[in-house]
This record gives sequence, C-alpha cells and structure tokens, in this order.
Amino acid sequence: MSDATLKSLSVLLAEGKTSSIELCQDYLARIQSLNVSLNAFISVDADKTLAEARAADALRASGQGGLLTGVPIAHKDIFCAEGWLTTCGSKMLSNFISPYDAHVIEQFKAAGMPCLGKTNMDEFAMGSSNETSFYGAVRNPWDAERVPGGSSGGSAACVAARMAPAATGTDTGGSIRQPAALCGITGLKPTYGVVSRYGMIAFASSLDQAGPMAQTAEDCALLLNVMAGFDARDSTSLERPKEDYTRSLHQPLAGLRIGLPREFFGPGLVGDTAKAVEAAIAQLRKLGAETVEVGLPNSNLSVAAYYVLAPAEASSNLSRFDGVRYGYRTPEYRDLTDMYEKTRAEGFGSEVKRRIMIGAYVLSHGYYDAYYIQAQRLRRLIANDFSTAFQQCDVILSPTAPTTAFKLGEKTADPVEMYLSDIYTIAVNLAGLPGMSLPCGFDAQGLPIGLQLIGNYFDEARMLGVAHQYQLATDWHARAPTL
Amino acid sequence: MSLSAEDVERIAKLARIRVDANEVVAYQTQLNGIFGLIEAMQAADTADIEPMSHAQDLFQRLRADVVTEPDRRAAFQAIAPQTENGLYLVPKVIE
Repeated sequence: MSDATLKSLSVLLAEGKTSSIELCQDYLARIQSLNVSLNAFISVDADKTLAEARAADALRASGQGGLLTGVPIAHKDIFCAEGWLTTCGSKMLSNFISPYDAHVIEQFKAAGMPCLGKTNMDEFAMGSSNETSFYGAVRNPWDAERVPGGSSGGSAACVAARMAPAATGTDTGGSIRQPAALCGITGLKPTYGVVSRYGMIAFASSLDQAGPMAQTAEDCALLLNVMAGFDARDSTSLERPKEDYTRSLHQPLAGLRIGLPREFFGPGLVGDTAKAVEAAIAQLRKLGAETVEVGLPNSNLSVAAYYVLAPAEASSNLSRFDGVRYGYRTPEYRDLTDMYEKTRAEGFGSEVKRRIMIGAYVLSHGYYDAYYIQAQRLRRLIANDFSTAFQQCDVILSPTAPTTAFKLGEKTADPVEMYLSDIYTIAVNLAGLPGMSLPCGFDAQGLPIGLQLIGNYFDEARMLGVAHQYQLATDWHARAPTL
Repeated sequence: MSLSAEDVERIAKLARIRVDANEVVAYQTQLNGIFGLIEAMQAADTADIEPMSHAQDLFQRLRADVVTEPDRRAAFQAIAPQTENGLYLVPKVIE
C-alpha cells in the first residue's frame, strides 16, 4: 500500500477496496515507526486526521466525493491550519496554534483530503538542508547521515519514505525542487501567483510560491488542480480561468523543443549528476524531443541578486514577530525596545537573524541603490534571458542541484557554501516561472539525482506532460529507499 | 566592502535583534562572507534597466467598501502573550 500513488489510491477508494480511515491508519502507523529516526514531522495528531478521514468516507458514501476525497496528505508547517500547531520551524512560533486556515489548507479540506500532520522545515523556509529547524534536522531516508535538502525537507523526506503519499511545499529559491531532487521524488513550483499565499507564513513575498510534492508528475498535476485558483485575500493571486493540469499528460513528445542552457552545463556540472542528466536528455530525444542550446547569460548572478532581494523582503515580513500579538515573548525585559530585541534574539535562530540583518542593511539609507535597486535591475536581466530562451524552445532542462544529498553538518559552518546548493533553481523564482524536479538516476553511493524542467509562464501543464512521458519510459521515480 | 564591528551593531539595532558583545565577531565574519557573494552583482552593467520588483505586472485590486470580515478578536487574542480587556499589553511606552 505504501508505494501507491495518489492516482492508484484514488482508484482503490472509488472501487471501495479501501477507505480513508484504513489509509490514514496505515500512514499514521508508518509515521509513528519512522518519524523517530527521520524527524520529518513536527506535529502529528491522529484524532484530527481520523476525524477528517471519517468525514471523507462519509462524503464518498454519499456520492459527493471528488477524485482525491479520502486520500491523505501532509502539509509543510509553513501553512496555517486551524487548531494545529503551526511553527514554521521556529522557536518564535513554538506556541502558535493557528486560529485560521491558509487558502491551500482550505482547498485540500474542500477536496476531502485528510491532513496526516505538519512537516519539518528549515526555520522560516531559510535553508537548503533542513538543518536550521528549531525542531532538529530531518534525515534523508536514503542515508540517515545525510540531509534531505530544504527548506521543504520534511515534506520531501516523508514522501520518499512513503510516510505520506503526497505533501505540500513552498519554494522561494528552490525549496520544493532541491529537496525533491535530494530525496528522489517529484516536486513542482508553479508560476508565481497561481497558488494563493494567504495563510502561508511569508518569507520573501515576491518569490514565495506553494506547490505539490509527490511520487509522480501525474500526482503533482492532480494536486495542482486542487491547490491552484484565484483568492482575493492574496493581492498577488492571479485571476485566471480554472485549468486542468492533467490535460497534456498524454501528449507525445515528438517535435518538443528542449532548451539546454549552456551556463548550466559548464564545468560546475560533474560526475554522476552530469551523467544522469545526459542520460535523461538522451531518453527524451528517444521519445521524440529535439534539443537546442540556449543562453541564460545573467544566471551566474542570480544567487547574488537573490541574497539581496530575499533577505530585504524577509527583514520586512519578519518584523511582525515582536512578541506582542502571537508567538514567543522573552520572559524578562526592561522596556519595549528591550522586549523586542530579546524576544527576537531568543526566538529566531542564527540563519534567520543573519538574513534579517542583511535585509536591514541593504534597505538602509545610503545602501538602497547600490544593493536593493541593483539587485532588482539584475532580476529584470535574468527574467529577460528566459524570455529570449523561450523564443527558441518549449521547456528548459537542467540539473536541479549541483550535488546529491550532502552529509549533515557538512555545510553548516559556511552560509555561502550552503547558498550555492540552489544555483540552478534561484533564477526561476526571480523570473516567476514554473519549475519542477523529477528523479533521473542515482549516484555511485545510491543517492537520488534530480532533473529540473523549467516552463514558460503558465505552462505547467506542458511541463508536467514532459515529466509524465519521461516517467512512463523510466522507473527512477518508482524507486524507494529500504527502511 | 567590509562591515566593521560597529556596522554589525548598528544593523542589529535596526533589525531589533539583541547581539551580545561575544557574538559580534561571528556575525561580522559570516555577514562579510555573504556580502562577498553579493558584491559580484556590482560587475553587471545595468544602466537603463528598469528595476523589477515583481514577477507579474500587477495592479492593486480594489473592492467595495463594505465589511467582509467577522469579529474574531477573542480567537486572535487567545494566542497573544498578554492581553487585558481586549487590548494587547506591552511595557509602558509613555510616562
């Protein structure tokens, strides 16, 4: 049962061969036995899950269930869920029981998908290894001495370990795609504005976007059908007609033009990752796709621009954590300023503090033009590169991450080295494009390798179709770690 | 560019984060490392490039000037560190 995809669970439920209660009990039992070692979940609440499962079974019995009614899902602990502890991986929110649901949570509730629990993550989604979580690092199910990637590390690990058939994630600079790659699952970041950010704790508002994480591209398409949609409570939510993201899954690849950015196939791409990506390209050619070399000449500056823009937005967004309305407050203080400064010093971890401080600096008087505006100009150049590239191709392909999962502690001493884990993913967020990662092989140590696809704006369906056709011809996505 | 210890203290003050004297050097080293990465930006020629603040060309939507939210003060204040009579309590600011 635990290797089942959403699609197959949906069929079993429809045929009456299983129930939501049975599925949830099975997954909760697996979570209970594996979470001690993997630490993928921050909160599990069996009573809540089973109550939702009973309601889902009743809905199906009444004939009003949808395709995914009764199929459980885990949610990243960045999404506010009413009555659930919602920590965002931080001590600052260690006592925050959300009084309301995020739009994404509402959508899954409306679809009748029970919540299996809240997954571990880098604190406030700032990190690429899940090691900045106040609740401890998540272990990679393929090798417990290695990181799962981040920031949606708990979501990626729980899907890889089959503790949940799917999970939600969020991606500001690669936080869905990089952990999906390091854990051997499929994850998608939609076009900016497709999924509402309402109730999703903000990191960098112009870059944050929620998306699905699952075993297959087909499952991601089904989940995106649930998640996407206009929501007036997010001022950047786009008013577009409802789409069926599964509509291109069966489109043959003949005539598809795949762009290969020469900057992403340079000397930085080595070893088993290079070989696996080359083999994936060969496989896609065999399926009828053509490849064309494209240029993203400003992509080498995307990490630099990102580490100005994301911290600047974070320093503003995280100013709300002041110990007044919710969350942690320091026990002893002299006056208001002392209360703010001690609350924030004690409530935030060191990576979050570093980023808030970078943000405060680049936005301060005398540095704003040199840093913040310069980074915004670069952002335009990076987005323009993609527009030019998409005149020559339909999707862009690259590795997702420069390496497979690294050892716990290997990059914690040097923030800059950690930041370079996202060199292939960050430009996509700056441009606001959709991107995804899917498994394309294993390295010599048996660790999964991820392939990144980047689509043009609102071209998720085509991108998912390419991934699905690749997954019909390969079985990398079906491999699971032995646990 | 290189941040001095005084710069670090000033930034911490701006960010309302207490940084103890024994933490300043560590922050200084790490922040300077990060700014080393960021400095690469300065090499790019961005003359005449319009800054891009957002991925989509958005306009702010307007809505009718009517009440849409229910009163949930009690639920929201139940999770606050300190409240009294429907007000959030903070240390005295004005003598």
